Amino acid sequence: MTLTAKQTRAWLLNFSNKIHDNKQYLSDLDQAIGDGDHGSNMSRGVTAVEAAITDESLEKASDVMKKAAMAMVSKVGGASGPLYGSAFLEMAKVIDNEAIARVIAAGLDGIKKRGKAEVEDKTMVDMWAPVVDALQDGRLSVEAIEEAKAQTKPLKAKKGRASYLNERSIGHLDPGAVSSSYLFIALLEEVEVND
Amino acid sequence: MTKRFGVVLVSHVEELAYGAYKLVKESATETPLTYAGGTDDGAIGSSFDKIMQAVEENEADYLYAFYDLGSAKMTLEMVSEMSEKSVEIVDCAFIEGAYTASVLINGGNDKQAIDDQLAPLKIK
Ligand SMILES: Nc1ncnc2c1ncn2[C@@H]1O[C@H](COP(=O)(O)OP(=O)(O)OP(=O)(O)O)[C@@H](O)[C@H]1O
Ligand SMILES: [Mg+2]
Repeated sequence: MTLTAKQTRAWLLNFSNKIHDNKQYLSDLDQAIGDGDHGSNMSRGVTAVEAAITDESLEKASDVMKKAAMAMVSKVGGASGPLYGSAFLEMAKVIDNEAIARVIAAGLDGIKKRGKAEVEDKTMVDMWAPVVDALQDGRLSVEAIEEAKAQTKPLKAKKGRASYLNERSIGHLDPGAVSSSYLFIALLEEVEVND
Repeated sequence: MTKRFGVVLVSHVEELAYGAYKLVKESATETPLTYAGGTDDGAIGSSFDKIMQAVEENEADYLYAFYDLGSAKMTLEMVSEMSEKSVEIVDCAFIEGAYTASVLINGGNDKQAIDDQLAPLKIK
């Protein structure tokens, strides 16, 4: 099953709502191990996404995804801009033809290529990678997402602002993994992914 | 005076980018030099549009780009992938790298000479 433009739009708008609802929380998480702007960065980004994808003439899922990518790249203002932007751009390349597991896998590749982070570096990669595995096995659930999120807490950051803190980054959730968890919970709410 | 090589400075903070520009410009008066600092609304961060503008407005076609932290580099990469110009993102200490490249370009050095002197300043 591939996603339609309508489903893609609904998914991204749901994600956007979750970001706005948790803006302060995301910035608070980032204050602990970064510079405290992840919530406002993401909120600015998804506001631009909303405006970019409402255009009903976007017929293909890839058109919607591409618009969302450029909105994130242009408006976020922090590392999550080029990272989500690269993910969405890679997803746009396959979303019209591939099943959702392959689409998210393409997004993960985009993030890794841009940020050079691997699993367990305490970044959003630690949300995307387990989600790809779960989708491949047809067992993505809110519990699986929450579990991946919790597992970023004991990790020591090796990429991004938090990496400058070294040991002191341990014991905090990674803000980008948390914002990414909203993307995947939104996906579960809008699309039947495990069939 | 050749306009082949230029330098682009990218920082999270507008004043920092401008400060680096001032420092470098004093010695490298003829080097095509542009800078981008902060987000679109002047806050701390990176702006794709500002960086793209600094790349496009630079008189040179081959640009050495220097940055301060994380997203400045990643946003520079996205700009370099979408611009017609050749942008070489250099992983050197920001000020030292930019200063070195700029004065060498100012003196009319070739790419080999510039790259050789940047090599020991690499931090990654
Ligand atoms: N190299 C990287 N690879 C993957 N993810 C990263 C990388 N660097 C940062 N991140 C993710 O981005 C999140 C932080 O995003 P945010 O919008 O706060 O950017 P920032 O770190 O403030 O940007 P800047 O680089 O401008 O300081 C982190 O929690 C992490 O998940
Ligand atoms: Mg931040």
